[in-house]
Amino acid sequence: MSVPPVAGARETPVANPLFEYLLRLGDDRLVLGHRMSEWCGHGPILEEDIAMANIALDLVGQGSSLLQLAGVTEGAGRDEDALAYFRGEPEFRNAQLVELPKGDFAFTMVRQFLFDAYSVLQLDALQKSTFAPLAGLASKALKEDSYHLRHSSDWVLRLGDGTAESHARAQAALDELWRFTGELFESDAVDEAVRDNGIVVDQAAIQSRWQQVVADVTRRATLTLPPAGASASGGRRGRHTEFLGHMLAEMQIVARSHPGAKW
Amino acid sequence: MADTQLPLWEVFTQAGHGAPHEHAGSVHAADAEQAMQNARDVYARRGEAVSLWVVPSSAIIASAPGDAGPFFDPGNDKAYRHPQFYKVPRGVRVF
Repeated sequence: MSVPPVAGARETPVANPLFEYLLRLGDDRLVLGHRMSEWCGHGPILEEDIAMANIALDLVGQGSSLLQLAGVTEGAGRDEDALAYFRGEPEFRNAQLVELPKGDFAFTMVRQFLFDAYSVLQLDALQKSTFAPLAGLASKALKEDSYHLRHSSDWVLRLGDGTAESHARAQAALDELWRFTGELFESDAVDEAVRDNGIVVDQAAIQSRWQQVVADVTRRATLTLPPAGASASGGRRGRHTEFLGHMLAEMQIVARSHPGAKW
Repeated sequence: MADTQLPLWEVFTQAGHGAPHEHAGSVHAADAEQAMQNARDVYARRGEAVSLWVVPSSAIIASAPGDAGPFFDPGNDKAYRHPQFYKVPRGVRVF
């Protein structure tokens, strides 16, 4: 799969590329964590319910740390809560993959697997960054996401190579999600600019290793990779699917109704 | 009604290196890998353990309640089986 050129990519220099970059990292994890948290109390069995809540908490925690660092980098006095709860949908920089509704259990696990495989490679590169605060966060998050990957890839194997019903659901999820994966590997002016901060993530190298991991697991899961086709794009520049707004409304309502409330 | 639960596994956690693995509880899981992951998520997510064992519950041979008398009661009145029964002779250094 090749990454199509980014339509409408920003040509003008980005005012604060490091801030933008940290928003992308943080928003991916905050939004995916919130989607995963929607399973809390609804897991298929008690043990998996707890596992999914753990994963959600890990991701929200990573998002929180990254947004906190983004706020410091921005220098406008916004903390992680201000960034999480008081930005509108067009200001979110997550890839569209993570904002899609949680769907059925197969959809959630296939999506989680596709993201985990990406995140582990990305964090592995980021922990070598010369920007020490980010390298530290990446190193901690890598341990968490390595476990997430073990968990989600195990479920992809189980569902794909399980019953006719579970196979059909896992395949349907993969078919639906596939066009949202290309966005993870886009590279634009922001990625170029943060190289000055020692943030060097070779998107092409990550993509080819990601493809190997995904091809290996899906093959063993007896799933068929969809053909390359048109790729969704726009999340990194604030263009989202119709689903993010609804999710944010629910995620932000309490903080917005009671600004600064403590409990 | 048929039991639709996945098989049961017993979970043992080791709190620190050199400490014994102690029974923490049980999880349901389809196989050993899932049992290990479920044990990690349920019993070791707050840093409680440095090592985990999972064992199929069916592999554990438990004493029967009816054995309790013959198995355990005779130990009650045999004080000489406890080290405290013996006095340490003078001249032996007590550590």
